[in-house]
Amino acid sequence: MTTSTTPSRFGGIAGTYMGLAGALVLMLALFGSLSHYFLTVNTFVTIANDIPALTVMAVGMTFVLIIAGIDLSVGSVMALSSGLCSLAILQWHWGLPAALLLGLATGTACGLATGIVSVKWQLPSFIVSLGMLEVARGGAYLVTDSRTQYIGDMIDWLNSSLIGGISPAFIIAFLIIVIGHVTLTRSVFGRYMIGIGTNEEAMRLAGVDPRPIKIAVYALLGLLSSIAGMFQTARLEAADPNTGIGIELQVIAAVVIGGTSLMGGRGSVISTFFGVLIISVLEAGMAQIGASEPTKRIITGLVIIAAVMLDKYRDTRKQRRH
Amino acid sequence: MSPTPYLRLAGIGKRYATPVLSDIDLTLNRGEVLALTGENGAGKSTLSKIVAGLIEPSSGEMWLEDAPYRPESRHAAEKLGIRMVMQELSLLPTLSVAENLYLGHLPQRAGFLRTTELNAMAAEHMAAIGLDRIDPRQPVGELGIGHQQMVEIARSLIGNCQLLILDEPTAMLTPHEIDRLFEQIAQLKAKKVSLVYISHRLGEVEAIADRVCVLRDGHHVETRPMAGSSQDDIVRLMVGRDVLASTIRPTLPPAAPLLRVDALSRAPVVQEVSFEVRPGEIFGIAGLVGSGRTELLRLIFGADRADSGAIYLHGEASPTPIPSPQEAVHRGIGMITEDRKSQSLLLDKSIVVNTTLATLNRVTRRGWLKPLRERALTRELADTLDIRCHTLEQAVGELSGGNQQKVVLARWLLRDCDVLLLDEPTRGVDIGARADIYQQMEKMAADGKALVVVSSDLRELMEICDRIGVMSAGRLVKTFPRGEWEQQTLLEAAFSGYSKQAPQQS
Repeated sequence: MTTSTTPSRFGGIAGTYMGLAGALVLMLALFGSLSHYFLTVNTFVTIANDIPALTVMAVGMTFVLIIAGIDLSVGSVMALSSGLCSLAILQWHWGLPAALLLGLATGTACGLATGIVSVKWQLPSFIVSLGMLEVARGGAYLVTDSRTQYIGDMIDWLNSSLIGGISPAFIIAFLIIVIGHVTLTRSVFGRYMIGIGTNEEAMRLAGVDPRPIKIAVYALLGLLSSIAGMFQTARLEAADPNTGIGIELQVIAAVVIGGTSLMGGRGSVISTFFGVLIISVLEAGMAQIGASEPTKRIITGLVIIAAVMLDKYRDTRKQRRH
Repeated sequence: MSPTPYLRLAGIGKRYATPVLSDIDLTLNRGEVLALTGENGAGKSTLSKIVAGLIEPSSGEMWLEDAPYRPESRHAAEKLGIRMVMQELSLLPTLSVAENLYLGHLPQRAGFLRTTELNAMAAEHMAAIGLDRIDPRQPVGELGIGHQQMVEIARSLIGNCQLLILDEPTAMLTPHEIDRLFEQIAQLKAKKVSLVYISHRLGEVEAIADRVCVLRDGHHVETRPMAGSSQDDIVRLMVGRDVLASTIRPTLPPAAPLLRVDALSRAPVVQEVSFEVRPGEIFGIAGLVGSGRTELLRLIFGADRADSGAIYLHGEASPTPIPSPQEAVHRGIGMITEDRKSQSLLLDKSIVVNTTLATLNRVTRRGWLKPLRERALTRELADTLDIRCHTLEQAVGELSGGNQQKVVLARWLLRDCDVLLLDEPTRGVDIGARADIYQQMEKMAADGKALVVVSSDLRELMEICDRIGVMSAGRLVKTFPRGEWEQQTLLEAAFSGYSKQAPQQS
């Protein structure tokens, strides 16, 4: 007999996000008890304004990991699109909208290049994006003359506070999370991404060409990286060619803490957002209690490993039940 | 009969969900080549893996030179001198021949490999078994497949080898390499090593076996001396006598073929295959494993590229190029793959996701999914096909084989293909689900679709097909209309490409 019961919506959401939310609350409580200044509005506004760049890249990285790929070039792409944007404003005297568009196009092009090379030539995205990391970083130094290029306040509106101290950048990042989540769960594109990450050959033999979809995912991450670049530019009122060095590790860590599988086929944008929050709260909290840089890095590293172990444990337990 | 057989089996059986091997009695003498043969799935590999210690028997006993023999593992069997060379070679291609030969016990001093000693040992061993033409220092990956097979055999012969089991050793060899293998076998025989030679190539069996043992559906049919037996005798033993009542297929109205395949080739697996299927027709493709059946379907579906040949759809005068599965699906062709787990299903995803995968445009508006409609359509198909599950959100990996296959079938039913290619549609499927699948296939045919079914189960094909084409060694050697086939003629055609004599005319 076939029976049909839809699992309760609440049960699903609670099961999926409860662990992450619990970890987050635990961290907040811990840092709150360690520092009187932690649980204040100020801290949260700071965190909220710190995370947009990380968040938008993490959304794109979630998609890349879901199709069983990886992209290490996000930080460099961020710097290059920021640099080109500043070049257009300072040297070519473009208007801000055109310069921003150039920045976004740059990022998209980088992602597209990574995608096309790795998909068409069937090369590991790890290596191709490692190459792109160097190429884009070199490009960033080239277009900025290896110096921080000050643009001035024409772009800082992106990062100025609006209602309750929240910046437009944060609102954009939030919208991207919402769109990203709906895309993953409710669109054909999202369904195809999940399918490709689960079993690419099965997708191909179901009549779906995986290649354009994979390329689009890398291009999308490129675009999102350049949006992160614009946020960063607005924050500094300048294009810094050294911006985003090593940020790919933070981005990947946030996505993995959120439970997205490096093997592909499984992931959630909302969980990724929790991952970003956990990384950011950890960082802000440790800064607040005056932890030294080495301690901070050691603890962040341990948290990442613990998160993946926990995820693996949950996964094996689930499999054993079947 | 020699006084004491080297190995004796009594009542050996093996059952998983269903018995795959029952009540096998067999003896093997020293220095004898025993051929083990039978149809696909007759139990040849299972039986030999029991002897080699890879599988534990569910019942029965074995004796090795009158001592009870119950190997706990492959390793235990190897210690007693019983070795098996599997169909898939287990050599490491980047290591040298010598390193592969002595992989488990490389000569070393303080952790450093003693290369000179190793190569000397290997050279000596290879010379002793007549393989001195292979350089022990050469990486295995650089050798041809035939020589790799020889190295694999050489590895099995290190130390005390009393019984060597070869599972389809010639599947990938050229005729010249086969001759070399036979020389090896003759040498081993002379050294009183016993051999079990698993093959469905009767020409080879006839050439080297002393006795031949025929299995059918997991039962021992007969073991007889090769001398005085013809290939026809053996085929007759493999087939058995049971005749099935066939379902009645409706007579087809004359119509232009829905699918016409013209001289489709992909060297060396598919050679110049031509056939046509009319609307409402179920066309079966029989043949042994490796005869090119799966490859043929993959060519039609665009999953592999053909070297030459053309495909005509809907009776059109000009051929339709099908460069990719995407194009095939677009043109109304669907394919149920041989291995549903690795090639069709997203195992940890839900029944809904798997069902609508090829047809998302029917459940979307402007790229956005309509979950309710998606679920409703899946529900409808799940009811039609009687897919047994707790909920439609259940991961397909949790379903039984039969229900998994129904999900794949549902995918293509939803797509409403004109041509459906089915590769082993009932493999690993229980009887009940099987009947549901047959019924659905007949319904599709009645709706004017064209079906192409590949199956190793001849009785299945004889039951459901309008015509059966038989492939042998990459060619479609003969096509039988319904009523003009017999299991034996089908089997003879299936073997014809492999036997050394010319295919028989019947």
